[in-house]
Amino acid sequence: MTRSDIDGAALEYAAGGGLLSRRMLLASAAAGTAAGLALPKAARAEAKIPEWSKTAGARARGYGMPAAAESAVQRAIIEPWQDVAPAFSLSGTPHHRLRGTITPSGLHFEVHHGGRPDIDPARHRLMLHGLVERPLHFSLEALERYPMVTATHFLECAGNSLFNAVMPEPMQAGCDMLHGLLSNTEWTGIPMAVLMEEAGVRPEGKWVVAAGADGPSLARSIPMEKLMSDGMLALYQNGERLRPEQGYPMRLLLPGFEGNMNIKWLTSLWVTEAPVHTKDESGEYTEILADGSSVQFTFAMGVKSFITHPSSTMTMSGPGFYEISGLAWTGAGKVAKVEVSADGGQSWAEAALAGPVRPQALTRFSLPWHWDGSPLVLMSRATDETGAVQPARADWKARYHASNFLHYNAIQPWQITAEGAVQNVYL
Amino acid sequence: MSIFKLTAAALLLTAAAARAEGPGLGQPLDAAEIPFYATYVKPDGTGLPAGSGTAAEGAEIYAAKCASCHGKTGSEGPVMPPVGPNDVWAKPAGRYWPYATTLFDYIRRAMPLEAPKSLSDDEAYALAAYILERNGVIEAETAMTAETLPAVKMPNHGNFLDVWAKQGAKPW
Repeated sequence: MTRSDIDGAALEYAAGGGLLSRRMLLASAAAGTAAGLALPKAARAEAKIPEWSKTAGARARGYGMPAAAESAVQRAIIEPWQDVAPAFSLSGTPHHRLRGTITPSGLHFEVHHGGRPDIDPARHRLMLHGLVERPLHFSLEALERYPMVTATHFLECAGNSLFNAVMPEPMQAGCDMLHGLLSNTEWTGIPMAVLMEEAGVRPEGKWVVAAGADGPSLARSIPMEKLMSDGMLALYQNGERLRPEQGYPMRLLLPGFEGNMNIKWLTSLWVTEAPVHTKDESGEYTEILADGSSVQFTFAMGVKSFITHPSSTMTMSGPGFYEISGLAWTGAGKVAKVEVSADGGQSWAEAALAGPVRPQALTRFSLPWHWDGSPLVLMSRATDETGAVQPARADWKARYHASNFLHYNAIQPWQITAEGAVQNVYL
Repeated sequence: MSIFKLTAAALLLTAAAARAEGPGLGQPLDAAEIPFYATYVKPDGTGLPAGSGTAAEGAEIYAAKCASCHGKTGSEGPVMPPVGPNDVWAKPAGRYWPYATTLFDYIRRAMPLEAPKSLSDDEAYALAAYILERNGVIEAETAMTAETLPAVKMPNHGNFLDVWAKQGAKPW
């Protein structure tokens, strides 16, 4: 007996399209255990023993690697101008190949406006200057001696999901391309307030211009209020030193704020009285609205979710039991609720949230589902603790100029065909 | 030690603790050690160096160092053409950005992509002048300097809403 053999007529439905009550999780797990016990004894005796159970294995190694059979689990590389400007490069996390909530460090997304620098940690330093009582510089060696904090937070590029935002027809690609400029990490580092207080911020110092040590010295103006409340100088990700892609040896972390502000390879914090309108806050990270005006300093990311299992480019393995699973997050704090629809939005059922639900962090949701083999559309819709609800695509598009692809957080519908193909669609 | 001295010492300790909860291992930073890219030219022109450049001078530098990415005349692209309107990028720098000072600072710190920080101050002024002139924002003969650049009135200047000032960290 397999889960797919469970009699559909006996199931407790939560909404249309085959969404099941969350109690179904326990019931089906119990059924699986019972089935395992019922295997006939003869089958065990005759089972073929695989070769890896009959030889000595490989020796220990200094740094682990994924299983060889998983070598296809890679970031999707996007190079918008690969011939003329290859250093402007991105890579997206393959969410459809991962479960849980923490993104493996080697699969964390990248966006580099000028390429990934090769930094000598012994020569790198952090400068703190401008409207402060004591301009200071810190070596990595000195920073390592500071008290550190650990927190799990998502990072999302303001341009995440850009293809869904602007392409006239839905692009058929995986979650790595469609929503991959999003990752979730356990960060460890020094509260920025500790360093700022050591330098002594003057009362007129209301903003900080952070700059990286990369070729273009990417710079952003950051409100002092944010920096002092939960800003972090991150030195470690998921327990190890930052990867070069993530700003080795140090980066700024501003929980919930658009990725571009979390300056990588951080080398300078310049305290000023007002924002300085850097290139990124003047042009690239502003959004043109439907009326032609623009919004700027739209720092926090909105409430958002998408289903990772199943998702586009996947193929269903026949009718029967599945667990729908996906990710939800909000820059405004915690996710309050995620609803799932299996009938294109006609009815919704509340999904289970895997705890702990952390602020400004990815939260995994799930709901059991019995697919009867007919075509339908799956969707997820997140609500955050401020009451903000993920919008439909048409509502999001109506707010903005047609060219805008930033801060796209609309509902993601996945169409499942009668053949079991999962496709990206607009609804 | 008198009661007065003890009290004074205790007050000093408290002040030090309030100032920094960390070990205080930052080293004094001399102003001469701060590279230009650790600051940014402000919209009022603060931070602009001496120097000068015209659109005609900028055109030559542009053709040699910028056209391969941004297009022959600045509006073709493929990469974020700075001259508008164009069919590639809705936010051409010389027309969309609220302040002209950003052009100078960004060009000087980040361009060209393969050799950032290689341009002289005069070259950065000249390129800013070329982009502004191509967008019809300044006259062809007006040299850009520490005085003239911040005085340029950008056409899209009054067309932005500051969301942080309006609603803080609440997502827009």
